[in-house]
Amino acid sequence: MRSSRIRFPKFLLANAPVLSIIAVLAAVPPFITNMYYVQVLVFIGIYAILTLSLNLLNGYVGLLSIGHAAFYAIGAYASAKLSMELGLPWVLALAGAGAIAGFFGYLIAKPTLRLSGIYLTLVTLGFNMILFLVLQNWMSFTNGPLGIMDVPPPSIFGFVLSSRLQYYYLILALVLLTVLSMHRLMTCRFGRALTAIRENELAAEATGVDTTRYKIQAFVLAAFYAGIAGSFYAHFVKYISPDSFTINESFILLAMLAFGGQGNLIGPIVGAAALILIPEAFRPLQEYRMFVYGGVLIVMMLVRRQGLLGGRSYSLRWTRFDSAPARIYERGDKFLPEG
Amino acid sequence: MLKLTDVNTFYGPIQALKNVSLTVNPKEIVSLLGGNACGKSTTMKTILGLVRPKHGRVEFFGRRIDRLPSSDIVRAGIAPVLEARRLFPFLTVHENLLMGAYTRNDTEGIRTDVERMYALFPVVKERNRQLASTLSGGEQQMVAMARALMARPKLLIMDEPSMGLSPLYVDKVFEIIQMINREEGVAVLLVEQNANMALSIACRGYVLQTGEIVLHDTAENLKNNPLMQKAYLGVA
Repeated sequence: MRSSRIRFPKFLLANAPVLSIIAVLAAVPPFITNMYYVQVLVFIGIYAILTLSLNLLNGYVGLLSIGHAAFYAIGAYASAKLSMELGLPWVLALAGAGAIAGFFGYLIAKPTLRLSGIYLTLVTLGFNMILFLVLQNWMSFTNGPLGIMDVPPPSIFGFVLSSRLQYYYLILALVLLTVLSMHRLMTCRFGRALTAIRENELAAEATGVDTTRYKIQAFVLAAFYAGIAGSFYAHFVKYISPDSFTINESFILLAMLAFGGQGNLIGPIVGAAALILIPEAFRPLQEYRMFVYGGVLIVMMLVRRQGLLGGRSYSLRWTRFDSAPARIYERGDKFLPEG
Repeated sequence: MLKLTDVNTFYGPIQALKNVSLTVNPKEIVSLLGGNACGKSTTMKTILGLVRPKHGRVEFFGRRIDRLPSSDIVRAGIAPVLEARRLFPFLTVHENLLMGAYTRNDTEGIRTDVERMYALFPVVKERNRQLASTLSGGEQQMVAMARALMARPKLLIMDEPSMGLSPLYVDKVFEIIQMINREEGVAVLLVEQNANMALSIACRGYVLQTGEIVLHDTAENLKNNPLMQKAYLGVA
C-alpha cells in the first residue's frame, strides 16, 4: 500500500510528456468550432491504427507487406455485414471484424510465410488486388462498385454516437488501446522474438525461436488491428465501397510508415498525422497540393531515410526516450541474398 | 550423444552429403575438417534442421531429430555458433546474450549465467552496452560463443570459429573452446578449415571430401597421417 503511494507520482512524472499529450488531445477538440477539422483528426486516428498495424510487420518483424489495405477492407465489410445483416451490436461487430480480418491474415500467412523477402511482398500485393476484384464483382454480397450504404452508427450499451466529436473520442480511445496493447506485446517475450527475427532470421532460428510461428502470429495480429480500423471506418463514414481499399491505399500506409519511421510506436502515428495534414494544409493550392505531398516524401527519403522518428526504439516513457542506442535498420538489406 | 547415420542431403538435384555418418560422445571435442565446398556447413545445417536430409537419420541422445523444427532441436540441447557469427547487429551485447537464453524460463538462472559469461569472457563484459555490430570480429566471436552457452547446451556446434580472425584471437578462441569443454562439460563439434588448430584441441576428427567422409581417426593419428599432412596440414 505504502509503496504504491510513493510510486504513483513517480509514474506520473516519468510519463508526464505522454500523459500531457493525451490530455491535450482529449481537452482541445471541444473548442474547435469547425467540425471539418475534427473529422480530419478522426481520419488521423484511423490511419494511425492502420500504420501501427503495418509497423508490426514492417518495423518489428521485417516482413514487407504492400497489400495491407486488404485487411482494412475485410474489417470494414465484415463489420458492416455483421451489424446490418446479423444485427450484432457495434462492440461485437468491431471484435468480429478484427477476428475475421485476423483469420484472413492467418489464411494468407500460413502457406506463404515460408517465402521471404520480395516473394512474400508479391503475395500481399496479389491478395490486395484479388480482394479488390472480389469486392467489385460479388454483387449479391458486397453490392459491387455501388458499395454498402447506411452502415449504422456505433452504439455503446445503448448510447448511439451522433456528433463528430463523439466519434473523435471513440477513435482516440481505440488508438490509445492499440498503442498500449502493442507496447505490452513488444516488451514481452513475443516482441523480443520478433526483433530477433528482423535482426537476423538465421540467428533467431539458432537461438531456438520458432520463426515461422512468430511470423504467422505477427501477421494475424497486424491483420486484426487493420480490421479494427476498418470497422471504425465503416461505422464512421457509413458508406463503404471497393474504391476505398485499393492498392493505392496500401501504398499510402507504406508512405506514412516510411515518413514517420518504423520500429517504434510513435513514428507511425506521427507519419499518419503528417501525411494527412500536409495535403490539408496546402488545400489552397488545390490540385497542385499533391506536388507538395510528393516533394516532401522525396526530400524525406533523401535527407532522412529512416523516417522522422525511425531507427530508434522510443518508448512510451519519456525517461527512456533516446537512452537506447541508435538502431538504424535499413530495409533494403532484407532483399539481398544471405551472404 | 549425437549420431548421424548415412545422411544424404541434397540442394535441389545436387547431392551435398553422401552417406555421412559420425558420432559425438559426451564431453568430447570432435572436429570436422575439409576444404572449401566439401559439405562441412551442410553437415552442420542438417544437424540443426536448417536443411533436411533426404535419407539417413540424425539422433540426439537416442531421439530422432532430423524431422524436428530447428527451434525444438535447440531446445533439445544443441546450440550452434554459426558461421560468420551472425549476431543480432542492432541489439546490445547484453541483449544478444539474453536472446541466447530464449528457450529458458528461469529468470534467476539466466541472470547468474549472464554473470558467468561475463566472468568467462571479460571482453564481453567490457562491451555489454554496445551494439553487437560495433564490435571487432574477434569480440563478436566471443559474444557468439557466450550467446550459444546461454542456452545451457549439451552440445556446442561451432562453424568455422577461426574464420576472419587475427592469429591472436584464433589462439584465444581455441583456448576458450577447450576451457568451455573442460569446465562446463559441454561436448563440442568443431567444424573447421584450420586443421592444425582444430586437431590440436580435438580428441577425434573426421575429414570430409566432396560430401563424403574419407578419414576418421583420433586427432593424434590424423596429425601423423601422410595423406592428411599433404592435403591439409601443410607438412612438406
